[in-house]
Amino acid sequence: MTISLTEFLMLAAILFGLGMAGIIINRKNIIVLLMSIELILLAVNTNFVAFSYFLGNVVGQVFVFFVLTVAAAEAAIGLAILVVLYRRRGTIEVEQLDTLKG
Amino acid sequence: MDQPLILLATIIMLLPLLGAITAGLFGHRIGRNATHCITVSLVAMAFVLSMYLVKVMLLDAHPAIEGTLYTWATAGSVQFDVALLLDRLSTVMLFVVLFISLAVHIYTIGYMADDPGYQRFFSYVSLFTFAMLVLVLANNFLLLFFGWEGVGLVSYLLIGFWFNKESANQGSLKAFLVNRVGDIGFLLAIAAVLMFFGTLNYHAVFTQVPQVVSRSLALFPNYDVPVIALICFLLFIGAMGKSAQVPLHVWLPESMEGPTPISALIHAATMVTAGIYMVARMSPLFEYAPAVLSMILVIGGTTAFFLGLVALVQFDIKRVIAYSTISQLGYMAVALGASAYDAAIFHLMTHAFFKALLFLSAGSVIIAMHHEQDMRKMGGLAVHLPVTYLTFVIGGLALSAIPPFSGFFSKDAIIDAVHLSTLPGAHYAYYCVLFGAFITPLYTFRALFLTFHTRSRVEAKLRGHIHESPWVILIPLVALAIPSVFMGQMLIGPMLFAQPSLLGDSVFVLPEHNVLAQMARSYVGASKMALDAGMHLTFWFAMAGIVMAWMFIAAHPQWTEVLKRRFHWVYALLVRKFGFDDFNHTVFVKGTVELGDVCYEVSDVKLIDGVCVNGSGQAIGWLARTVRYVQTGYLYHYALSMVIGVLVFLLWFIWG
Repeated sequence: MTISLTEFLMLAAILFGLGMAGIIINRKNIIVLLMSIELILLAVNTNFVAFSYFLGNVVGQVFVFFVLTVAAAEAAIGLAILVVLYRRRGTIEVEQLDTLKG
Repeated sequence: MDQPLILLATIIMLLPLLGAITAGLFGHRIGRNATHCITVSLVAMAFVLSMYLVKVMLLDAHPAIEGTLYTWATAGSVQFDVALLLDRLSTVMLFVVLFISLAVHIYTIGYMADDPGYQRFFSYVSLFTFAMLVLVLANNFLLLFFGWEGVGLVSYLLIGFWFNKESANQGSLKAFLVNRVGDIGFLLAIAAVLMFFGTLNYHAVFTQVPQVVSRSLALFPNYDVPVIALICFLLFIGAMGKSAQVPLHVWLPESMEGPTPISALIHAATMVTAGIYMVARMSPLFEYAPAVLSMILVIGGTTAFFLGLVALVQFDIKRVIAYSTISQLGYMAVALGASAYDAAIFHLMTHAFFKALLFLSAGSVIIAMHHEQDMRKMGGLAVHLPVTYLTFVIGGLALSAIPPFSGFFSKDAIIDAVHLSTLPGAHYAYYCVLFGAFITPLYTFRALFLTFHTRSRVEAKLRGHIHESPWVILIPLVALAIPSVFMGQMLIGPMLFAQPSLLGDSVFVLPEHNVLAQMARSYVGASKMALDAGMHLTFWFAMAGIVMAWMFIAAHPQWTEVLKRRFHWVYALLVRKFGFDDFNHTVFVKGTVELGDVCYEVSDVKLIDGVCVNGSGQAIGWLARTVRYVQTGYLYHYALSMVIGVLVFLLWFIWG
């Protein structure tokens, strides 16, 4: 059995859906939120790699490196903000971080 | 301007205006004496010039002339001119107005001597004279309307002359408002004249009457009104307002809040007779509207009799004379209705003199009493004020139609004329004026006895201070007393029965309405008429009135009390003035206030404030309150909405 592009795309879509659901359904803490965002980025990366492979174009795989770099930086900054936030507010519960409320 | 006579009339007209401007603008700079010298001499000059016009127009029988001063406006084919008409009628009015005005000007020097508004008063009186002259001399409806409104305005200013007095403000407002009601009719009449005749010039309108007489106007669906009748009806509404005919008479008694010279000049002699003058001037129109003539008869008769009754229960000396003025205006209206226009103008003239005399005498009494007008606080004044007493008696006798005083001739002519009239309503009017002839001396002599005879009821602090008025007051009294005695005798022949009469072709009477021509057949001369008075019912009515007044007031005052108790409901009706004031107050004043309240509550408070202003504010607030629930502050809510948004756009992109 050969794995076709469709399967890759389905996997990416499932990963993306999981990440999205993680963001929306998650009520607990922000670390999970960051993980969900990583998941979404991974789904995108999977798409890049799959298309690159099936279309015979290397540029897609090069782009994945950039995305991974940015994702690492984002995670670092996100966690740093998280630490500062915890120091300031004493919590990282999503439910309690609602100062934007109108 | 080519005719010198028109130039002369223009100068006569403008002299009082000059006086008014001088007194009004520079009065305080030039001082009191200079003010009255200037205004009085200007009016005197105008009066002397008008005497020349009387000679030319009346004695030398100069034909009527017209002259345009300038064209005020041109609208399409209609031209609005400031133009004068000088004919017999306007000359007669010119003379009367200037005579009374001059007398009042002189009288004012004495009457208003201590008043701080001295210069202002002279300015107003001169302005009034100017406006009245414009009214009288106009040759078209528009200029007539200008004069009409001018006299109305000055009347308003002068009734409210003592503007610190609440009642004077009320009175001036009432006069102004009631006159506006009449003016609506007058204005509509002018509009109708312009619509159907295409011009506002008297002469042009009157020559077109035969073409317009057959036209009619569908005022309501399926209900045609003859155009002439409609115009005359509306004109008479205007005359009713100005000449105080029922039911628009309510302002005249209130107008007595003004200074007495004004009551004499404006509210007795000249302005209130403007309506009578106007109808006489429009006689070529009114002659073709017999239905309106009948209406005039009925309204005039009602005014003459019933408003005379009200004078019986008044205690303010000026109000008695005011009601008597209304009643006499009713007599003039009856004469108009009977197509005896000459008789109406004749009575207007004699009435102008003796009524001005009565008012000025009353004013003299009021000064002597230190501005006390209540007759219950007078009595026995004949000794203190002999000249005033004598002039009041002359005025009273003239008003009561006792021969040979002037009122006898004019009033008798009216009663005879209406007796001969065959129009519907003439019978009613005849009995009204006949019994009115009994009522008139009753209230006049009631006032006379209460004021000058009977036991003195003067307040203690005033006793010993009552003395005869200064000569500036007495001279006008005497000057008015003389025509009040002789004028009727002198003028009845030339005015009513001569061919051509004094007014000549200024008034127009259809042959079938010409009651004066019928009377002329039995006319025997003025002196014989006065001597034969005893053969007429009216004379005995008048005598009975005087005797009754003497019995009930002077001889047996207790009878009055008995009568008052016996007929207390009649008395109450008269004291309430037949409820006209109450009716107006309840229906119009309170109605307007309540309508205003309703409008305020519904449209202002509810609609504008409630819905528009506060409503839009509340709507935005509600919207904001609702929308702010979307702003939860939770990140995942925002994310969800973002995702949903992306999905919507995606779907739109795919299927759209």
